[in-house]
Amino acid sequence: MTASGSPVATDVAAVPHLDVDPFAMSFFADPYPTHELLREAGPVVYLDKWSVYGVARYAEVHAVLNDPATFCSSRGVGLSDFKKETPWRPPSLILEADPPAHTRTRAVLSKVLSPTVMKQVRDRFAAAAEVRVDALLEKRSFDAIADLAEAYPLSIFPDALGLKPEGREHLIPYASVVFNAFGPPNQLRQEAIERSAPHQAYVAEQCQRENLAPGGFGACIHDRVDDGEITATEAPLLVRSLLSAGLDTTVNGIGAAVYCLARFPDQWQRLREDLSLARGAFEEAVRFESPVQTFFRTTTREVELSGAKIGEGEKVLMFLAAANRDPRRWDKPDSYDITRRTSGHVGFGSGIHMCVGQLVARLEGEVMLTALARRIAKIEIAGEPKRRFNNTLRGLDSLPVTITPA
Amino acid sequence: MPAITFIHPNGRSDRVETSDGESAMQAATRHGVDGILAECGGNAMCATCHVYVDESWLARLPAMADEEDALLEGTASERLPNSRLSCQIHITPALDGLIVRLPERQV
Repeated sequence: MTASGSPVATDVAAVPHLDVDPFAMSFFADPYPTHELLREAGPVVYLDKWSVYGVARYAEVHAVLNDPATFCSSRGVGLSDFKKETPWRPPSLILEADPPAHTRTRAVLSKVLSPTVMKQVRDRFAAAAEVRVDALLEKRSFDAIADLAEAYPLSIFPDALGLKPEGREHLIPYASVVFNAFGPPNQLRQEAIERSAPHQAYVAEQCQRENLAPGGFGACIHDRVDDGEITATEAPLLVRSLLSAGLDTTVNGIGAAVYCLARFPDQWQRLREDLSLARGAFEEAVRFESPVQTFFRTTTREVELSGAKIGEGEKVLMFLAAANRDPRRWDKPDSYDITRRTSGHVGFGSGIHMCVGQLVARLEGEVMLTALARRIAKIEIAGEPKRRFNNTLRGLDSLPVTITPA
Repeated sequence: MPAITFIHPNGRSDRVETSDGESAMQAATRHGVDGILAECGGNAMCATCHVYVDESWLARLPAMADEEDALLEGTASERLPNSRLSCQIHITPALDGLIVRLPERQV
C-alpha cells in the first residue's frame, strides 16, 4: 500500500490517493492497520481501486452522516450509483431515500420500533434469553455464533415481526446478500446476487399484509396504511427494511459482544459483578467491532470537506469502524471497556439515517448479556474462531466456546 | 458561557459550563455527568437523556417537537409535565443558570 499526494486533477489536488481495497479478503482478515493508514493519510482520501473518496476519521464521518442534503442516500448507500446503474432490487424507501420522502417513511418505522414498544416487548425478549441460556448450560461446549448469536435473535425477532414459521432459513442469507450488495462488483457481491432469487422471492412474499401476524412489527407497519401515513404499495417495502436490516445486524452485534467478553475476561468479571453494565457492554462491543463497517453517500453538489474539494456526483465511503477507533475522538480506542462512555459512536450511524432498529438491537444485547453473566462464571474460547466475509458486515462464522456454570 | 445544573436523584448536583451551540445533553456527556446516557448520541431516537426541567425554567424553553413528545412516552422513569429530552434543549445565553433534575433510570 502506498500513499502519495501527487495531483492527478486540480479538484483532488490536496487529497492523498491510496492504493487500498477495503473490500478485499486480505483487508477483511485484519482491517485495523489499513484503518490506521486511512485515518492518518488525511481527513479525506481517494481510493483509486474503486474511484471513490473515503473518510475514516471520526469528525469527517460524523460530518458526512449529518449533512444528508450534500451527502445523499437516494443514489444508493453502496458503491453503485443509482443515477447511473439500475439497482439490484427496488430501492429501500428509507435507507436509500432523502428528505422529504425519507422523513415520512422514517417516522413510520420510528413509531413501530419506539421506546414505548420496547417496553412492551422487553419481558418477552428477556424470557427468551433465559431459555437460550438454559440450552447453552446443558451443552457446555458450543458454537457461540450458531447456538447463541444466531439462535437467540432467530428465536424472537421473526416472531416479533409476525412472520410465518415456514421459510425463515432465508432470512440470514437474504440479509447477507443485501449487505454484500453495498460493496463493489467483486466476487462476494456477484455471487451473492446470483444466488439471491429464492431469498428475494421469500422476502417479497412475507412482506405482504396477509402473511404478517396481527400485532407484530410487520402488521403495525401495514396498519399505517389505514391512517393514510403510507400507501399500500409502500408498506411491504418498509417491512422489507426490517427483514433486511433487523436480523443479521443483531446476530453480528451479539456475536461481537460475546467474542469481546470471551477475549477480555477482566471485562466479563466486571459485568458479572455488576449486571447493570450489560447494556454498556453491548454498546461498547458495537463501537469496538462495528458490525456494520461502512456505508457510502453520494455528493449532490461540489463541496469542501476539511479542505478537500469533492465534485458533484462523487461516491464517499464512510469507514464507521475506523471512526469508532479514531484516537482523536476516543481514549484508548483499541481497548474494550464496558464502562466507557460510548455516546456518539457511529456503529449505528448518526443523523437522520441512524439505525431505526437500534433500540431493538440494544434490548436484545442487554437481556442476552444479562442472562449470560448471571448464570455463567466463565466463557473460554475452545478453538480457532472463523471469520465470515461480507462487503459490509464484520462478524464471525463460528466461535467455539466452553462455559462454566456460575 | 452559560452554565447549567444537573441535580441527581440523591440531591448531589453538577454545575457544568456549556460551549457554543451545545445541547444540555452534550454538555452533560462532555463533563461526564452520570445519569445522562444519550445512547443515540443526540439524534432524538432513544429517550435516554431524559430530564425534569425546574418549574421556573420550563416556560423559557422552546416548545418540543412531535418527535420528542412521542419519545417521552417511552422513558424508563415516569414522564412528568416537566419532562424533556436534554438533547433537544439547545443552550443559549438566555438559558444561563438552567436547572434540571435527573430521573432514577434512563433504561
